[in-house]
Amino acid sequence: MLALGLDIGSRTTDAVWLADGEIVDSAVADSGFDPAAAARTLADRRPVDVLVATGYGRHTAREAFGCGVVTEIKAYATGVHALFPEAAGALDIGGQDTKVIALAADGRVLDFHMNDKCAAGTGKFLEVMARALGFTLEELAERALAAPRGVAISSMCTVFAESEVTGLVHRGADRGAIARGLLESIARRTLTVVRNVCTGSPLVFAGGVAKNPAMVLLMREGLAGREVLVPADRGVDAQVVGAYGAALVAAAS
Amino acid sequence: MTTPTDYHPMWDELGLDLPSHDALLAAVGSLYADAYLTQTNRPQAMSYLDFVLSEVHGLRIKELHDFRAAGGKVVGTFCLYVPEEIIRAAGGWSVGLCAGAEFGLEEAERIIPRNTCALIKSFVGFKLARVCPYIAESDLVVGETTCDGKKKAYEALADLHNVHVLELPQMKRPQDLAFFRRELDDLRARLEELTGKQVTADSLRAAIKEVNDKRRALQRIAAARAATPAPISGKDALLATQVAFYDDVPRFTGAMNALADELEARVAEGIGAMPADAPRVLITGTPMALPNWKLHDVIEKAGGVVVGEEMCTGSRYYDKLVPETGETVEEMLDAIAAKYLDINCACFTPNRGRIDDIMRMARDLKADGIIDYALNFCALYEAETFNVEKAAREAGFPVLSIQTDYSAEDLGQLSTRVEAFLEML
Repeated sequence: MLALGLDIGSRTTDAVWLADGEIVDSAVADSGFDPAAAARTLADRRPVDVLVATGYGRHTAREAFGCGVVTEIKAYATGVHALFPEAAGALDIGGQDTKVIALAADGRVLDFHMNDKCAAGTGKFLEVMARALGFTLEELAERALAAPRGVAISSMCTVFAESEVTGLVHRGADRGAIARGLLESIARRTLTVVRNVCTGSPLVFAGGVAKNPAMVLLMREGLAGREVLVPADRGVDAQVVGAYGAALVAAAS
Repeated sequence: MTTPTDYHPMWDELGLDLPSHDALLAAVGSLYADAYLTQTNRPQAMSYLDFVLSEVHGLRIKELHDFRAAGGKVVGTFCLYVPEEIIRAAGGWSVGLCAGAEFGLEEAERIIPRNTCALIKSFVGFKLARVCPYIAESDLVVGETTCDGKKKAYEALADLHNVHVLELPQMKRPQDLAFFRRELDDLRARLEELTGKQVTADSLRAAIKEVNDKRRALQRIAAARAATPAPISGKDALLATQVAFYDDVPRFTGAMNALADELEARVAEGIGAMPADAPRVLITGTPMALPNWKLHDVIEKAGGVVVGEEMCTGSRYYDKLVPETGETVEEMLDAIAAKYLDINCACFTPNRGRIDDIMRMARDLKADGIIDYALNFCALYEAETFNVEKAAREAGFPVLSIQTDYSAEDLGQLSTRVEAFLEML
């Protein structure tokens, strides 16, 4: 049986195909202006027996495909638990939201938190800041890692932080230090939420932002005493963990 | 088919801003159609509330208009601590005022701070934008001192309307009760002056009985919601409590007893408005003034069912009755003061009683989880969120805290959080 999980996010639409519980393929596409079309293009790649959608566009997918839906919380919890049965919690930083999930030993969601309105500190925030600094996302991470210390950034609002960054660049601050400062400020806020919601170890850091090695390093430093794992440890793209979870839900249905 | 009555001349006479008011009614109408009329398996007796809602700015206003034309006085209130019994005993009618939709924000922010909760901003906005026919028909607004935002808003409102402020103490010691009792004397005097009628032992006794009967009918509806499957949606039950603030008392009581009869019959036959396996949610927190159905709608569209509201538009409104044993006006006012001061609002300190109420309701109504709801900038309920979360976890109830307002801005995130919570249950 071939099962497809689609995670239709604000920035990207991710797909994972499962056969007998094993990932046979995965893909990441731009959600663009028409997430339903992006989802359809991915779904049309191969005929599947069952499909479950998650993410911000899940209800659009339900209308388009008549498929089942689960929230990102359940999808990430399922995906993380399957990859790391020992995980006590999951942190997902995606395109426009941040989620922290506390997991029971059997993978059930015990508690969760997600940002309610503002996209501060998410993937979109990093994209905007990278652009303001003239970096690609990869360069942003590399330069932040190379910088000995960060410049303090006081704004977390995307718009205000962008002007703050522009101002710092104009005053001649080192761009790598600014990049590090930005990541440190995201890490600080994220760590507060992690500590409130999930105290266990190991914690799995997933979602697109988990592909940023500087963020992973900062989370590991901030959670000293706890193990922080990333999907790459199991050979899985951090960005498709939600789609993987949705595919597992589909396969079990 | 009869042609609907055109109420525009009446609204014009009341000084409403007709284009804005039309826009408001259209918005509420489509909100209602989407939230309420899409429901299936509704009790038939809900047709009464559908009708009341369709005429909420029409026929009901006409009734108030005619009552006033015959010399009656209408008293507008924003809070359940203003005793309807005394208003009615003085020959007045009590109505809740519009405060449940985002309207007139810009106007409101000219006289109250931006960081004020949606409820207060809404009532000030409705008044300033001239779209609330209830305040236009109110000879007096009785405010209270239940939070700082309201206290200051009533000061601003007093420049625009006839306002009396009832001071509610912040603690529940004997001296606070004595103080509140004296406040009721002042309120009584103010109302007698307004209506030109005396509060007598007979009129007060009759008013206590009438208002108790209304609350008893709502208690029956609340009790029926303990059944699985729930015989009525949370949205419909919320509407009943919301309308309780506006409607003609004996007529509403009759209609709600008819609804309760139907719900009890449904329970006996095992008929539900929702599937038996729908996750059951108790909601607690800040009041949801008409037409604020946002959270209930999100929960029930996601497949959950709201089985109770520990709110001013919920159990706080109908759970407690005034003893009907008083002989004299003084005795009855004593009983009214004691009953109202016994309600557990977050404006009191300490407020352990509210936590006990929530846990008792969660058990009695067989809730699977609790959603704590606070309007942004409502410092009192936001602060009590910590106590609610702690007590819920200790008692083994999953809990989700929501802070929101009346706008649709956060609907996407709110739906995801609520759906994820329901998946957890």
